[in-house]
Amino acid sequence: MSEGRLRKLIMGDAQADRVVPPSGFTAQLTLFVSGAMAFLAVFALALSLASGRLATRWADELARAATLRINAPAEQRVAQTEAALTILRQTPGVASARAFTTEEQIELLAPWFGSALPIDSLPVPQLIEVIEGDPGYDGTGLRLRLQAELPGAVLDDHTRWRAPLVDAARALRRLGAVSILLIAGATAAMITLAANAALAANAQVIEVLRLVGALDSYIAHAFVRRFTLRALGGAAVGVVLGMFGVWLMPAASNEGGFLTGLGFQGWAWGLPLLIPPLGALVAFAATTRAAKKRLGDLT
Amino acid sequence: MIELENVGYNYGGGELLSDVSVKLAPGSFHFLTGPSGAGKTTLLKLCYGALTPTSGRVRAFNMDVQGLDRDQMAHLRRRVGVVHQDCRFLDHLPVIENIALPLIVSGKDLSQEEANLRELLNWVGLSQRADALPPELSGGERQRAALARSVILSPDVIIADEPTGNVDWEMSQRLLQLLVELNRMGKTILVATHDMALIRAAKKQVQARVLRISAKQLIQAGADL
Repeated sequence: MSEGRLRKLIMGDAQADRVVPPSGFTAQLTLFVSGAMAFLAVFALALSLASGRLATRWADELARAATLRINAPAEQRVAQTEAALTILRQTPGVASARAFTTEEQIELLAPWFGSALPIDSLPVPQLIEVIEGDPGYDGTGLRLRLQAELPGAVLDDHTRWRAPLVDAARALRRLGAVSILLIAGATAAMITLAANAALAANAQVIEVLRLVGALDSYIAHAFVRRFTLRALGGAAVGVVLGMFGVWLMPAASNEGGFLTGLGFQGWAWGLPLLIPPLGALVAFAATTRAAKKRLGDLT
Repeated sequence: MIELENVGYNYGGGELLSDVSVKLAPGSFHFLTGPSGAGKTTLLKLCYGALTPTSGRVRAFNMDVQGLDRDQMAHLRRRVGVVHQDCRFLDHLPVIENIALPLIVSGKDLSQEEANLRELLNWVGLSQRADALPPELSGGERQRAALARSVILSPDVIIADEPTGNVDWEMSQRLLQLLVELNRMGKTILVATHDMALIRAAKKQVQARVLRISAKQLIQAGADL
């Protein structure tokens, strides 16, 4: 589309606008539909971005970390922990290894047992955090050595429970993206229906316009402009409300888990602003197609 | 201007017109007459491209009408002013905007045409009714408004379908007067009517030819009306 045509589409032509009679009710419906769809799109976008972030974070953090669990009778625990740390420090590919302090272990267990837990009286295994270096260590070799020297030590590199979590987060992101596409498609379908209804209701007007020498593009333009602007306006309102809704969601926190992370961060707040222009584009394409098809049936 | 060569038209239930040939020369004045349902409106529609002939050829301004695409057809309609039988107005716009509609749709700047528009309204005697809506007009006012709309782009050809169909004698005389004045300005006029008195009245003022549709054929009626 040339710049002139674009300008004409936005600025409009007051005379040309009057040629098609105002349509109160369908106008409200188009506004409502594009507003509601934009509102939903904001949430789908927030969900998609948040699960994407989650998937990346989990994949990154967990891939680099492993846990060594030492199950030993209380009197041997300190000695075995020392031995394990020594082995780990000797292993190439381990960047660092650190035994959790009693306080840290209490903190980890607090969500389940409360913070007043007398951890000393329980047979809680000692945990050692292992951070992998680059290149990483040889997991199998390390396990074999631990097995030989410290039978009570179990190395858990998190793969077992990491993979399904990361998969779930990625699936959630895909679902969000599919939802956005479906929303765009549904918007196009509904605007096509509304445009067809408007074109049918104005069949007489269109016929008269053709008879007095109006070009198809002129007639189509009158309808396309209306529907595009309505979709733009409706979507703008929907996006503002949707962003407000997302903004009201509690900020990401450790207590709330991943649910509270739903939202936009930094530059991503700009993304929903793309929804109204894209909605207008969808409406433009849908109405242009409907008008072309309709007009082609006339003489 | 407009030329029909062996034109036939068929709505699907047998031929309505067959082997019709006629040539509208620049500045000529033609009446088209014949019984109701004989095909007067169909013939007019063939002339301004609203219908495509099932056989034969229609030429307008040296262009083959059948070969025109939709945009060229729109441009052709700007060069042929048509007064439709049922006027065809946009009922939500006042008379003045309906008359200016061909200007509006062809993208002309209305503010520059303001004086012309006023003059035209005055000419058809509708200055007082400029802001009325079409459904508020009487039959004669509608016909005059339709005539004004048909000439606003100063076309070379004006085609009128029963312009005096719903009006009294005095009003049809007035409409005829307007058509005669247009013809004197050099416009080619084609009027479909079954009003013989109107044709007789016109013959006193202009060199009008009468075409009659009879048994699917177009015949040149003599001067013996």
